[in-house]
Amino acid sequence: MHKDTIATIRQNLASGQYSSTELCQHLLERIAAHKDINAFIEVNAEHALDAAGKADERRAAGAAEPLLGVPIAHKDIFCTRGVRTTCGSRMLENFVPPYNATVVDKLNAAGSVSLGKTNMDEFAMGSSNENSYFGAVANPWDTSRVPGGSSGGSAAAVAARLVPATTGTDTGGSIRQPAAFCGITGIKPTYGRVSRYGMIAFASSLDQGGAMATTAEDCALLLDSMAGFDENDSTSIDQPVDDYSGELNNSVKGLKIGLPKQYFGSDLSAAIADTLQQAIAELTKLGATFIDIDLQNQHLAVPAYYVVAPAECSSNLSRFDGVRYGHRCADPVDLEDLYKRSRAEGFGREVKRRILIGTYALSAGYYDAYYIKAQKIRNLISQDFTKAFAQVDMILGPTTPTPAFKLNENTSDPVAMYLNDIFTIPANLAGLPGISVPCGLVDNLPVGLQLVGNYFKEAQLLNVAHQFQQVTDWHTKMPASIT
Amino acid sequence: MQWETVIGLEIHAQLATKSKIFSASSTEFGAEPNTQANAVDLGMPGVLPVLNREAVHMAIKFALATNAEIGKHNVFARKNYFYPDLPKGYQISQMDLPIVGSGKVEVTLDDGQVKTVGLTRAHLEEDAGKSVHDAYPGQTGVDLNRAGTPLLEIVSEPDMRSAKEAVAYARKIHSLVRYIEICDGNMQEGSFRCDANVSVRPAGETKLGTRAEIKNVNSFRFLERAINFEVERQIDLVESGSEVVQETRLYDADKDETRSMRSKEEANDYRYFPDPDLLPVEIDDALIARLREVMPELPEARCARFVSEFKLSDYDAAVLTADRATADFFESVLATSGAPAKLVGTWITGELFSRLNKDSIELTETPVKADRFSGLLARISDNTISGKIAKNILDQMWTSEDNADAIIDREGLRQISDSSEIEKMIDEVIAANPSQLAEYREGKEKLLSYFVGQVMKASRGKANPGQLNELLRTRLKG
Repeated sequence: MHKDTIATIRQNLASGQYSSTELCQHLLERIAAHKDINAFIEVNAEHALDAAGKADERRAAGAAEPLLGVPIAHKDIFCTRGVRTTCGSRMLENFVPPYNATVVDKLNAAGSVSLGKTNMDEFAMGSSNENSYFGAVANPWDTSRVPGGSSGGSAAAVAARLVPATTGTDTGGSIRQPAAFCGITGIKPTYGRVSRYGMIAFASSLDQGGAMATTAEDCALLLDSMAGFDENDSTSIDQPVDDYSGELNNSVKGLKIGLPKQYFGSDLSAAIADTLQQAIAELTKLGATFIDIDLQNQHLAVPAYYVVAPAECSSNLSRFDGVRYGHRCADPVDLEDLYKRSRAEGFGREVKRRILIGTYALSAGYYDAYYIKAQKIRNLISQDFTKAFAQVDMILGPTTPTPAFKLNENTSDPVAMYLNDIFTIPANLAGLPGISVPCGLVDNLPVGLQLVGNYFKEAQLLNVAHQFQQVTDWHTKMPASIT
Repeated sequence: MQWETVIGLEIHAQLATKSKIFSASSTEFGAEPNTQANAVDLGMPGVLPVLNREAVHMAIKFALATNAEIGKHNVFARKNYFYPDLPKGYQISQMDLPIVGSGKVEVTLDDGQVKTVGLTRAHLEEDAGKSVHDAYPGQTGVDLNRAGTPLLEIVSEPDMRSAKEAVAYARKIHSLVRYIEICDGNMQEGSFRCDANVSVRPAGETKLGTRAEIKNVNSFRFLERAINFEVERQIDLVESGSEVVQETRLYDADKDETRSMRSKEEANDYRYFPDPDLLPVEIDDALIARLREVMPELPEARCARFVSEFKLSDYDAAVLTADRATADFFESVLATSGAPAKLVGTWITGELFSRLNKDSIELTETPVKADRFSGLLARISDNTISGKIAKNILDQMWTSEDNADAIIDREGLRQISDSSEIEKMIDEVIAANPSQLAEYREGKEKLLSYFVGQVMKASRGKANPGQLNELLRTRLKG
């Protein structure tokens, strides 16, 4: 039953094939048996089984919430009331929030059962999950490789069939890149579609929560319950939510898909380019047409991102000062010592690097040259997309330049690591929705294709991904070890 | 060498919203530490600010009251610095695009001259919490009840030329924010705080001298003293060949001096940038029009009306409209007592104010509210009691719940206006003072007051003074 999708689980729970308690018990055993993957920071078996039992009782009493009894797991960036929330950091090693993130509340209200909190790069800063204070996560396809990041634990847990679906967050590719590396489907919605309340901030103008699962259909089922306006998040957008799962079976005939020449250049490995050509052929058979487009400022996306994101993070992470909660150094001699040592001990290398970069970019005399300029580039990149969407319905390209790399392969070269997100960052800068869908195997490692849609076109992205998954079976492939 | 003083003020007015500017916590003063601080106020991970529109409305009202530009597209920015009572490590404020742009206010100085002071801008921001140094020996506590209370920071042009002008301007702003009911103005509780930027330059020089900023002065008296001390300090420095350093200074009221807090070199680089958690605030004309409609009558307009409608002197009208509570009190008493405006005005600015001053309380705290005060004025106005007796009655009212009529009846203080009764007393007094009568009739008219006093004494102060005078003159002539 661990290979069942949410769509199947819903049927099986409804028909009584198995109970939520049985399913959760089974998955908790699998999680325990696969500790080596290190996908979870916190597993709360007692809590999960209690919730599953209640879901079973409610179902017996006639309740039928959309995700009633469906096991999921939250990235450890989402605050969970009474359950430790670390954000992958020593800083929050013992932090237990007194409130739920809106996403958590919404998924609870939909009946889902959370099995635990998934591993991640510290404060969502990383592309390999090697920056977690709680240790690196192994890619279930090849445990010597990384699962991607920062939602590496969420991706690996789904790929290893420890849980059918997880929440993730995506600031520069943190849902889509690990989804591609782990052979699963992951969607980052339009900025403002999913509430950021209770989602620990990395870069507020870029962060967006989303869903990760084996199929586009499961992502749609999760997103149906996650999306929507939240009065507690001023940047969430007050407009009706589409029926994501209801639009999965629309025809893609006549759909116009743009192929940016910048996405098929020398940055991309030839093997991945081949898989994309096969995917394009499949979608053409389904009736889509392809148009070459030009996103001329794409090359500026990574540099602009590495100004904006660190600038915002340097401010967002100021609250971790050892005063009210979180790590506090032992025996501070004075206030400055308290600040310096608490933060020096509480934060890891990459987080410190970005705080320093961001502080520099915002400081007097440099602000215009860095932050303002990066915002201008951001506008240019958005304008490129706006022009493109006048011509096409969505844009197709690779999710990543290469398949999953080896653990420690890129840790000594931050820029090489940053360039992993070269294809995913532009959608964050523009605030557009993007989805990564498995589209092939290269050297027995999964690769993903990315679709970027216009604002609030999540339903269309999920629809195309689902139709693609009706005629391909890449999303059903599993690591060989899974039986 | 003649020196010119140049002063600009930054005033922090706490806005009188029920809840905080970015959270639903109460803003009430004086609660137990940290009982009015929720997850947002505590800066917990993942929480987000949501703007209280009421604070925006209040800032717009301020703009309307000062003929200032309204920032129709205004933006919140983060001011980044570390301090234990600043929970997020940044203060949400406004920098490049404030909600209120340039404006001006007219300030009446002690000598009656009117001075126009320019307003540079006013912006919305959140207050910080408080560090508590005396609650735990060797440790510092943090109380975040105040964190997130909305502030309007009102920045003036460097238009003031003396401590007195600065105080007159500060009082004017203080009066204005209370008039339009956006701030309670309570300086002891920190609802209204002044920072003064002070510099000196040789008379005739147009370039500004180096300034020092005096922080957080919480009374008008201290503001005047702090500026005067600072001006002298700066003149001494320059005259002895040193230079003024740009720095932040604190006023110590006990020692009556300012002390250096931090210099420019130690100043923070606040790394302002637009807060990505909040959208820009867009203000449309419809909202401005709606707020304009509910604006109360402002001091200048009310003063002019008092002159034209009640025939008060410019001076009396200005005093009575200097703050809204006084003007409201005046109009209420005038409407209900039937007493003439001049009499009501004199009794408020004279007898009422002197008693308030003596008890060091505000008009809002007066034990004799407008209704009881009106009852007293009605009895003066209809000649039931004399002014002298009215003062005694007011004293009794001050310490009791009784109204004027009850005291008058109980003590039999009703004025004697019955001519025959007064004449009877006059006759008795004349009969008892034959020699004084003779002297008077020989031309020593000064003795009139002696006779008045004697009859008044006989009436136990109750004789109607006007009538007494008239009747006495007639009788004394013989």
